[in-house]
Amino acid sequence: MAKIVDLPLNEEKIQDLHSGENVWLTGEIYVARDAAHKRMIEALDKGQPLPFNIQDQIIYYMGPSPTRPGMVIGSAGPTTSSRMDVYSLRLIQAGLKGMIGKGKRSKAIREAMQQYHAVYFAAIGGAGALIARSIRKSEIIAYEELGAEAVRKLWVANFPVTVVNDIYGKDLYADGQARYRKVL
Amino acid sequence: MREIEASQITLTVARLFKDTNYNLTNDVLEALKQAAQNEESNAGQEILNQIIMNANIAGEGQFPLCQDCGLAVIFLELGQEVHIRGGDLKTAVNEGVRQAYGDGYLRKSVVDHPFTGRLNTQDNTPAIVYIDVVPGDKIKITAMPKGGGAENMSRLGMLTPGAGIAGITEFVVKAVDEAGPNACPPLIVGVGIGGTAEKALLLAKKALIRKVGDSNPDGEVAQLEKNLLEKINRLGIGPMGYGGRITALAVHVEVFPSHIASLPVAVNLNCHSSRHKEAII
Repeated sequence: MAKIVDLPLNEEKIQDLHSGENVWLTGEIYVARDAAHKRMIEALDKGQPLPFNIQDQIIYYMGPSPTRPGMVIGSAGPTTSSRMDVYSLRLIQAGLKGMIGKGKRSKAIREAMQQYHAVYFAAIGGAGALIARSIRKSEIIAYEELGAEAVRKLWVANFPVTVVNDIYGKDLYADGQARYRKVL
Repeated sequence: MREIEASQITLTVARLFKDTNYNLTNDVLEALKQAAQNEESNAGQEILNQIIMNANIAGEGQFPLCQDCGLAVIFLELGQEVHIRGGDLKTAVNEGVRQAYGDGYLRKSVVDHPFTGRLNTQDNTPAIVYIDVVPGDKIKITAMPKGGGAENMSRLGMLTPGAGIAGITEFVVKAVDEAGPNACPPLIVGVGIGGTAEKALLLAKKALIRKVGDSNPDGEVAQLEKNLLEKINRLGIGPMGYGGRITALAVHVEVFPSHIASLPVAVNLNCHSSRHKEAII
């Protein structure tokens, strides 16, 4: 049974999220991947504002396939999060509270999540057709020239994710694998 | 001599890339259903069921299975009795890719230069094309969209011949362990052993287009595949890395003679959305 979480996140909701839990997110999330992250960090370096108010927000690492006429979005599953590790600390320090992707995060980011109280969720990689069903609306809000890598705002309903890293230092990838590992 | 129009190659390539991006092949689907039965972890079972559901939704809606519609890899077996008319082969193939990714609403994931610019070419070309000239008067076309996540976890090891089966096993299992959740398990593990460095890598990639569940016809190689699968599934990574028994659906090994001084071993991984389709014209 999934835990239902209405967005935005706040300290109380974040404290109640635990590694391994299945969660359905409802509300607004932002989409950015490699090229958009690079641009956002460049903006911070220049003292310019980010394309959206990042306080308490969630970024989904995703680059959708093109939208067919009459549809909300194309296939919309997560991309590998580790490529964003070099950028995430700055964004967490700027107020980011949640990240959605797939795959392991660096030690530095895992520690930052504990220090600044942010969480990392995984969505099912390669289930982009299924995930697209929980996206009600999608709007490009910045860097349109980046195409599939543009920054988007999504309105999601019961968007299925699993908590990987919580604020207590737990890591689903490490704990899950240890439970089933039979290597001498 | 048989004449084949270049436009027919274009149409076939376009059809194959759309088809394979929307429809998971039965062998992969069956392997996923079997995995859902064998998986001990509840979270793993749940993920496998959702992956199967995803395949149903994609097939019904002609919707990409995964937003990463891949680099377009194409294997061509070109019969030496074939004469291609009305254009050159590689242009015809690239035109097919352009049409599929345009008309098919597939994501274009190619950038023009690997480390400067990195501007999207907007039509998913150039394709990666391998041509083998073979006897006969037909062309066999295999279309394989290859996603970035799994490809990024590829490995090449130039082992010493003395490393033997134990060394090969250690190298392959370590490659999968290091890939962990990033390559979207459960995986198809392609292994190429022998030849030169690039030959081993190509063998590993070609191993991925074998039907899931078929073993190498050579008994010793088939045994190695079985042992590797068993060891990989003891790693505990499980579906999407949340922990579980099913880290790989299959291990496919291809071998080739090698230099007296060499034992190249290459690993190329495919995610559970293992997409490839072929046609003969």
